[in-house]
Amino acid sequence: MNSVVCVKQVPDTETLIKLNADGTGIVTDGVKWIMNPFDEYAVEEAVRKKEKTGGTVTLVSLGPDRALDAIRSGLAMGADTAVHINDADFAAKADPYATAQALAAAIKELEYDAIFCGKQAVDDDAGQVAAYLGELLDLPVITLVIKLELSDDGKTAIATREIEGGHAVIEVPLPAIFTAQKGLNEPRYASLPQIMKAKKKPVTVKTVADLGVSAEPMTVIKGMSLPPERQAGKMIEGADAAAKAAALAKALREEAEVI
Amino acid sequence: MPDILVYAEVQKGEIKKGAFEIASKAKALGGQVSACIIGKGVEGLAGELGKYGADKIYVVDGPEFENYLTEPYVQALAHVAGLVNPSIIFLSASAQGKDLTPALAARLKVGALSDCVELSLEGDKVIAKRPMFAGKAYATVEALGSPQVISIRPNSLGVEEIAGAGAVEKVDVNLDTSKIKAVVKSVEVRESEEPDQTEAEIIVSGGRGMEGAENFRLLEELARAFGPTATVGASRAAVDAGWIDHGYQIGQTGKTVSPNLYIAAGISGAIQHLAGMNTSKVIVAINKDPEAPIFSKADYGVVGDLFEILPKLTEEIKKIKGQ
Repeated sequence: MNSVVCVKQVPDTETLIKLNADGTGIVTDGVKWIMNPFDEYAVEEAVRKKEKTGGTVTLVSLGPDRALDAIRSGLAMGADTAVHINDADFAAKADPYATAQALAAAIKELEYDAIFCGKQAVDDDAGQVAAYLGELLDLPVITLVIKLELSDDGKTAIATREIEGGHAVIEVPLPAIFTAQKGLNEPRYASLPQIMKAKKKPVTVKTVADLGVSAEPMTVIKGMSLPPERQAGKMIEGADAAAKAAALAKALREEAEVI
Repeated sequence: MPDILVYAEVQKGEIKKGAFEIASKAKALGGQVSACIIGKGVEGLAGELGKYGADKIYVVDGPEFENYLTEPYVQALAHVAGLVNPSIIFLSASAQGKDLTPALAARLKVGALSDCVELSLEGDKVIAKRPMFAGKAYATVEALGSPQVISIRPNSLGVEEIAGAGAVEKVDVNLDTSKIKAVVKSVEVRESEEPDQTEAEIIVSGGRGMEGAENFRLLEELARAFGPTATVGASRAAVDAGWIDHGYQIGQTGKTVSPNLYIAAGISGAIQHLAGMNTSKVIVAINKDPEAPIFSKADYGVVGDLFEILPKLTEEIKKIKGQ
């Protein structure tokens, strides 16, 4: 099976977010950048399918120069090649719609049976790109996949997806788009030899102009703010566990009025 | 004033509270409020939406809508949007809403705003506030096209009942079956009545300090004592240790929640976890380590052994609830 995996570079989840002076974005100096954690599940699944059935895994990423690091980590996990849509200006203002336009244009030049994305990127948390890709490429989209099996002839996928309070099993002919939810697999750690090998794997660099894309974003960020800092409240004291539990229950009922 | 279409989700034979929430908000913003309800055997539920501000309720009812599948639902909702021609469409950012919202926006060739927590009008346009980085920051955002497709985080707006009654109209949708490529083979939903974490009013969460899967029953018992609006959550450490399903994980690679009451037991308070529950109204931390970072964010802190405190707290809550 040939797979395309869309990957995004995002700030490490450990990052303490700070805003820039005019409140239009975050301070990126000193930020450690990683591959979006949900994209790791996507890459892992594509690589596992390749290991089982043969085929190739191609990464597609939109981002500035630094996004190459995320691409290299995907290549080290076992992807074969990558397309880096390196367009810092476009990427900086791209919303999910514009991002999908660029990714779709790059994907149209590739051969694939499946497209994998993370269920959302942990920076903007929008979870929309896969849906736009589905529309642009006229493919079915199965989101929140936690298990994926292929039919023996490789023409159909059986995807288990997370739904509220349970799961649903969906059968879909390939090609199709899948978004990876945590639980789909356990992403591997790349070994040093794999990391070295990844440096030699081919990465095609394109601009959005090369791809003939001129999409303007359909959503805009007008400003950003930080949530109010929570202050430490009160410590519940008591002689033993029973006394503390009683004091806590009383406070929740009479003071906080939440029960 | 903008005309608004509200998608009212049905789960287990009932309209979800999130639907009443977004209908209430649509009413408050003014203009004509239409609602759309999709499913099998759902026609009888439709009238209820009138009590929350819907002037007109469109019902798409048929066996092909028994189980949720993106494509048929998108076609049905886009069809109703075509009838109503709203300038704004609201959906609840439930599990289903998170799938349907971008799919609808893509079909209508417009942008979407996901998981918004505050809304206001500037002229006829909605300006929304939504969390990014799992709530470590908030963005003020606008969708430029029309209609504006907006999903709203459950529990963020509140419900307002009015003395209204909406007109119910049944709509036939001719599905383009050539586009429906996926098939639902089976659906399995847990028997329990507990709400989803994103919609629960009370969450009792456990972390590394729970020490094992078997001890999560302490959290379940406490949640049960609180009643049907309470559920269990977990930190990433507990999920990664295999003690509980990922569906319970709260935080940056799990769910972002804002219940009235969040009880964190044996959770130290990593930044990714705090981001996911920071907007809870009241936070309680129970931890044996008085230096745990969670205490600096908690409204009430209890230093002690959670294996002793949780059962005692369950007893106290049962007393209060008269069980």
